[in-house]
Amino acid sequence: MSETPIPAQKSRLRAALESDLFYTFTRSPVAVVAAFVVLLMLLASVFAPLIAPTNPFDPASLNLMNGFTAPMAANDFTGDVFLLGTDDQGRDVFSTILYGMRISLFVGVSAVLFAMVLGITLGLLSGYLGGWVETIIMRTADVQLTFPSILVAMLIFGIAKGITPVEYRDQMAIWVLILAIGLSDWVQFARVVRGATLVEKNKEYVEAARLIGRGSGAIMLRHILPNVLSPVLVIATISLALAIIAEATLSFLGVGAPPTQPSLGTLIRIGQGFLFSGEWWILLFPATTLLALALSVNLLGDWLRDALNPRLR
Amino acid sequence: MLAYIIRRMAQSALVLLIVGLVAFAMFHFVGDPIDNMLGQERTADDIERLRKQLGLDRPFVVQYFKFLENAVQGNFGMSYRQGRPVIDILLERAPATLELAAVSGILAIVFGIALGVFTAIKRKGFAANAIMSVSLIGVSLPTFLIGILLIYLFSVELGWLPSFGRGNVVDLGGWSTGFLTTSGLKALILPSITLGLYQMTLIMRLVRSEMLEVLRQDYIRFARARGLRDRNVHFRHALKNTMVPVITVIGLQLGSIIAFAIITETVFQWPGVGLLFINAIQFVDIPVMAAYLMLISVMFVGINLIVDILYFFIDPRLRVDRTGGH
Repeated sequence: MSETPIPAQKSRLRAALESDLFYTFTRSPVAVVAAFVVLLMLLASVFAPLIAPTNPFDPASLNLMNGFTAPMAANDFTGDVFLLGTDDQGRDVFSTILYGMRISLFVGVSAVLFAMVLGITLGLLSGYLGGWVETIIMRTADVQLTFPSILVAMLIFGIAKGITPVEYRDQMAIWVLILAIGLSDWVQFARVVRGATLVEKNKEYVEAARLIGRGSGAIMLRHILPNVLSPVLVIATISLALAIIAEATLSFLGVGAPPTQPSLGTLIRIGQGFLFSGEWWILLFPATTLLALALSVNLLGDWLRDALNPRLR
Repeated sequence: MLAYIIRRMAQSALVLLIVGLVAFAMFHFVGDPIDNMLGQERTADDIERLRKQLGLDRPFVVQYFKFLENAVQGNFGMSYRQGRPVIDILLERAPATLELAAVSGILAIVFGIALGVFTAIKRKGFAANAIMSVSLIGVSLPTFLIGILLIYLFSVELGWLPSFGRGNVVDLGGWSTGFLTTSGLKALILPSITLGLYQMTLIMRLVRSEMLEVLRQDYIRFARARGLRDRNVHFRHALKNTMVPVITVIGLQLGSIIAFAIITETVFQWPGVGLLFINAIQFVDIPVMAAYLMLISVMFVGINLIVDILYFFIDPRLRVDRTGGH
């Protein structure tokens, strides 16, 4: 790509900046904007406690008199001004969105990581070992694929909710949500990893590793895994968008994040109640945030798919 | 062919058995229904009586066989929350969901195919490009946001259509229908659009890409060379040959429509099976959850089976590959 001869030793950062992937990235305005939005939202979520003007879940900081203040308008009683207005309890909508996004992203990212680890493990095992291990894993995957993943997630959430004692339900809800979305989403990863493993395991480097006496586990993890990771990366990005939407949907339906730890979906659920009374901002801003987040991650995933695999275009 | 069909049926039966086991395990291990049904002021007698009444005092295996036997007969026990037989509740709720699903399905198929053909034929036109761009946004929008958006536009701002419920329904011997009253029909519009939109985009994009593929084939060029009119070429020759994948997707999406009805029904407070299921999850009403799971699995597995078998009749080319492969 570059005109200058590549130096023998270069830093990882330089290598990354000179890679084809980075080059195509800088040439795609959509990808750059999407990445910028995602990065901004990630940072805003991580540093939410520092950025948010108020802590919406600290009852001491709330003033009921501030309820239903319109965006950028002074409150009738207190004269306070809020960037995006306040909800019925006087919570600053901007702050609740920051905290909500934090939970949405945390659940989304954790669920995808969980699905990824599970899918990669099962995919490697079934692809490399074959036999009855493969039969059981892939049949299970087939059965699960018969049902829409949101339905699977709902069922797992319902069952997990039944198992946890009543007094822990709200506390556990976030973890149950991660488990439910993760378990509903591992099949994609397992299928792709299995397919790639079937191709890789007959190549010479695997043969060589086996000849020098490396165990199956080491071959799978150290030799095959690094070579099947690039499709996994694409699926992970697209899965993240799906997981964020799934989480929002579940929370919106009231079978997700509890009102004490509202995610964007919970906020939309709350906001829907004020649609008829004219307080549009309680609904509009969380909904727009969710949309921008999901759309950016989706566009980033699309771009990554095209960039890593030109054949798939 | 017969061997293939038999094998597919055996597979389907196995899936249903597994689902049945999951449903039963839910019954047996999840939650304490007594806890959910009785309030704070309960006596040991109350608990014992209720355990007997619900059959929770018998051994595991007995309960399992009883469960299977009952499930086949459509008896899923009593709802923990409502204290009525689950099957009665389901039957009472089913017409609402089925009517909604039918209307959305028809909307999705009719408009999906029409728009797909249109965007394929007028590929370069402004309208076709606009439709494709809008459909891309439609795919990224979560269903519940589309529903809220429609409510905001047509119920809050314009006040044309109701935002929740089924309107007035007419009872036709156990089947309550909203088709016969004006308010019932008006109430159907927004939910069915919400529910059908995603499937419509899916069908549209599929029909479009299949049409583009077919229109490039030689026999289309020959048909044109023979001087056939455009309409004949497009609909008699091209569209017919795009139907195999389209029918597959339509078949598989039918099941999804019923499943995604859960979301639409919650947004519009539509008194169907989906809303029942969501409420069952919220209140950990295991019998209702299990019954819904069983019913929807029978449906999904059945649809998959029918679509697979239909292949044989629609496309003779597939017969050879399918029986030999796998």
